Amino acid sequence: MLESMLSLAVKAIFVENMALAFFLGMCSFLAVSKKVETAIGLGAAVIFVLSITCPLNQLLYNFLLQEGALAWVSPSLATVDLSFLSFLTFIGTIAAMVQIVEMTLDKYLPALYASLGIFLPLIAVNCAILGASLFMVERDYGFGESIVYGVGSGIGWALAVIALAALREKMRYSNIPPGLRGLGITFILTGLMAIGFMAFAGIQL
Amino acid sequence: MSPNPTGFMSKPQREALVDPLFNNNPIALQVLGVCSALAVTTKMETALVMSVALTVVLIGSNVTISLLRNHIPASIRIVVQLTIIASLVIITDQVLQAFLFDISKQLSVFVGLIITNCIVMGRAEAYAMQNGPGMSFLDAVGNGAGYSLLLIVVAFFRELFGSGKLMGVVLFPLVTEGGWYTPNGLMVLAPGAFFLIGFFIWGLRTWKPDQVETH
Repeated sequence: MLESMLSLAVKAIFVENMALAFFLGMCSFLAVSKKVETAIGLGAAVIFVLSITCPLNQLLYNFLLQEGALAWVSPSLATVDLSFLSFLTFIGTIAAMVQIVEMTLDKYLPALYASLGIFLPLIAVNCAILGASLFMVERDYGFGESIVYGVGSGIGWALAVIALAALREKMRYSNIPPGLRGLGITFILTGLMAIGFMAFAGIQL
Repeated sequence: MSPNPTGFMSKPQREALVDPLFNNNPIALQVLGVCSALAVTTKMETALVMSVALTVVLIGSNVTISLLRNHIPASIRIVVQLTIIASLVIITDQVLQAFLFDISKQLSVFVGLIITNCIVMGRAEAYAMQNGPGMSFLDAVGNGAGYSLLLIVVAFFRELFGSGKLMGVVLFPLVTEGGWYTPNGLMVLAPGAFFLIGFFIWGLRTWKPDQVETH
């Protein structure tokens, strides 16, 4: 049990890194990786939101949306299949969670809110968050697994964005061909990082 | 509206339609919608289906949001936009599952991820909230085409050099099947896509130097 959880965590963080293997959350990945400090802020916010929304959506899917999931309400609903509503439900949950997280932080942890503030609304439309929930459904994760997967993929994404930001800070001193400056070289850099992360694919647990 | 020589469209209309192709490409310049652009481009077939799906959703959302723009309260506009987009994506997903089941399986979660595709949200927020439905329609078609253009270019190279095929038709017979071409494995993997988009941007900015960033 513990072993399979550990291997799932390693898989989510390194082998199937959200940003570098599945290209999820690329928009903010490229836009917010100019400075390490802001990258850390966004990374922390993503870990936070992912580790809440992924298990929450797992519960919603299993007890409301899946075929036969409504059987606990009344036996006559045992054949109802609401899984086509999952996109709408997931994005609703995510938007609501982001809003709640934002308000809670504002009230109880104003210092953290001030540092994350501007990134929180952005997270609602970060595809890594919705992607994690959709992968969770596609791979049939249980409740425990969905917690590990949510936290793990959040850490993986944060790791990638912080590493990229550090590289881009160093790169400011390099002489890059004009056409490649900015976005072009960032893509190539991300490609090289993805090759690096592919080395983790050999890990067997 | 300025007079126009072609008599087909006015200048702003033409600009809304054509600018996103090269001058203001959603992926290469606006950095929107990159996620799906990379993930579905290992094959031409999936790239084409994804382009069509995204363009349909984009047109639907731009026109709907533009029609409702004066009725959406500013404070909850993101939620309203997301709901409209999510409903359109559900319809698209159901249509794909009904008529193109194999491809919809290959696209897996990426159809669902059109909801959070920044092109759709970005155009809704930046264009459809300020402009009428007709112009928003043209803007959606233009941006959809700009996205499709990049997807198709990337998918062309990845499928051709990664597996020697185009649209599933063998062009370069592979060594493993008695041919002469040794496939370039990097192309079908994630890094290949990053490199190709990087080079596409390099090419585009060499051609149009005004898009070059300062550093």
